[in-house]
Amino acid sequence: MLTPNKIPCRKSFTSTLLELAQQDKDIVAVTSDASGSATLTDFGKELPEQFVEVGIAEQDAVGISAGLASAGKKPFIFGPACFYVARALEQVKVDMAYSQMPVTICGVSGGVAYSQLGATHHSLHDIAVLRTFPGIEVYLPCDVRQTRKLCIDLAKRPRPAYVRVGRNAVPDVYENDDFDFVPGKANTLTEGNDLTIIATGETVAHAVEAAKILHEKGINARVIDMFSLKPFDKDVVIKAAKETGKILTVEEHSMFGGLGAAVAEVTAQECPAKMRILGIPDENVIHASPLEVFHHYGIDYEGIVAAAEEFLNS
Amino acid sequence: MENQELKLKVEQLRLRLIELIHKGNTGHTGGDLSVLNVLTVLYNKILNVDPKNPKMADRDRFVLSKGHCAEALYCVLNDKGFIPDEELEAYGTYHAHLGGHPDVTIPGVEINSGALGHGLSVGVGMALAAKMDGKKYHTFVVMGDGEQAEGSIYEAAMAGNKYHLDNLVALIDRNGLQISGSTEDVMPLECIQERWTAFGWDVITMNGDDIDEVVRTFENIDFHNGKPHMIVSNTTKGLGVSFMENVAKWHHGVPKGEDYEQAVKDIKARIEKVKS
Repeated sequence: MLTPNKIPCRKSFTSTLLELAQQDKDIVAVTSDASGSATLTDFGKELPEQFVEVGIAEQDAVGISAGLASAGKKPFIFGPACFYVARALEQVKVDMAYSQMPVTICGVSGGVAYSQLGATHHSLHDIAVLRTFPGIEVYLPCDVRQTRKLCIDLAKRPRPAYVRVGRNAVPDVYENDDFDFVPGKANTLTEGNDLTIIATGETVAHAVEAAKILHEKGINARVIDMFSLKPFDKDVVIKAAKETGKILTVEEHSMFGGLGAAVAEVTAQECPAKMRILGIPDENVIHASPLEVFHHYGIDYEGIVAAAEEFLNS
Repeated sequence: MENQELKLKVEQLRLRLIELIHKGNTGHTGGDLSVLNVLTVLYNKILNVDPKNPKMADRDRFVLSKGHCAEALYCVLNDKGFIPDEELEAYGTYHAHLGGHPDVTIPGVEINSGALGHGLSVGVGMALAAKMDGKKYHTFVVMGDGEQAEGSIYEAAMAGNKYHLDNLVALIDRNGLQISGSTEDVMPLECIQERWTAFGWDVITMNGDDIDEVVRTFENIDFHNGKPHMIVSNTTKGLGVSFMENVAKWHHGVPKGEDYEQAVKDIKARIEKVKS
């Protein structure tokens, strides 16, 4: 049912950045032995003077990037999301966020994208942790077009930011470039008043697909793409709570502290609504392909449909 | 500034520092006192910085990686005109601008520090940016010797060597003590020169307690030898206060009562000695 694009989001980000960097010598790509997995090989070949390879040293990559930014460069770091929001977390906290150094981290193969490689390689805590750091923005784009717009926005107006993209190509959520990209402003993809499904990153396509199936069953679900976790669109949550009364959140993240928690913080304080939070429970993820993992934990379209029906019948 | 003037200035700053820590009731006194010579020489003799224009495009960069010695930096920045007197006076009070570690909201501070093991990577980034842009400015990073146990430093050591950052000067304030006691008991560093030489750095050793030697060492750095520079600055923790010298408990100790009076007396005697 869900047909992926031919290009993964990480490639969308790096090819966009290469275009921009060819016109702006201050854009620098920094990587920690991840040019292959981040699809940076072309960038390194075409702009070697704007390419920094620090080896397998994520802390150093963030510190060096903060120094580059301090001296007027626009560094973009590329490497596995799991290492940048764990091993290098103190550098992200101090050198980037607290110091307000305009560095972007593009964490690739985020969430459970490494699938069979297990818990060392998953990043299911990044939203929860980074949401609590003052001064850093957090984005989970859902497809190639949104990833491109995000990259352009960050290059045009550099600021401390973390972007999580996956590994495999994902379906297009946006079929052309005629859509808004405003940090802190979520996009409502389908209208509906029976319940609201709020998703982020790769689960957005599943939410859209689930809404189609629900529609065939006579259920009209509103679907919101919450690509911007920080800044966060409180207004769209309050509106959904008031107009639909029921909110189901879906994320490729721990079910604690992430999108669901962010939504619940708003509803609990501003406009109480019934909620269901779909995500990864407090356990080490099973070894399986990414889509099998999504299915196992009910964050694919089938799981969303089942959860929505249960929610509406409860 | 001539060396004789520097010697007087550093002792006057030492007195200011002790007053500041006493009044603010907080500070890392021992390390402040050991690193003060180096900071005073850097800001009065070596660094190309302008307090009227702290963000001057091609200024030299300074990073205090051992950020807990912020009070020493604040006194020097105040003396140079970066930090106004009233802000220094407010140190240690409710909602003061100056905290226990430097941050970028303070004019003259390039990066927030205080979590150890970060500054050298940041300095590598600054020096690398200068190389990329063909700029002539130099970057200086001051670390502690206890800090040398942080593994992230050696990631930066490798990168400094890889990119041939001869425009980067790192310095270890080698006072031999850290919060729990001797650095050699906590985590031995006895081969520190060989270690940095093995990383490909140009290693220089100096007596950091001797102003003449500090000036001579900084002035003789070869910024065209293709190697990043590491100065191992042998110093005395608590320098200038008789009962603090080489005593670990003054790492984070604040002099009060008779201790404070004795500290002031000791430093005033040093001032008189320089004047004579």
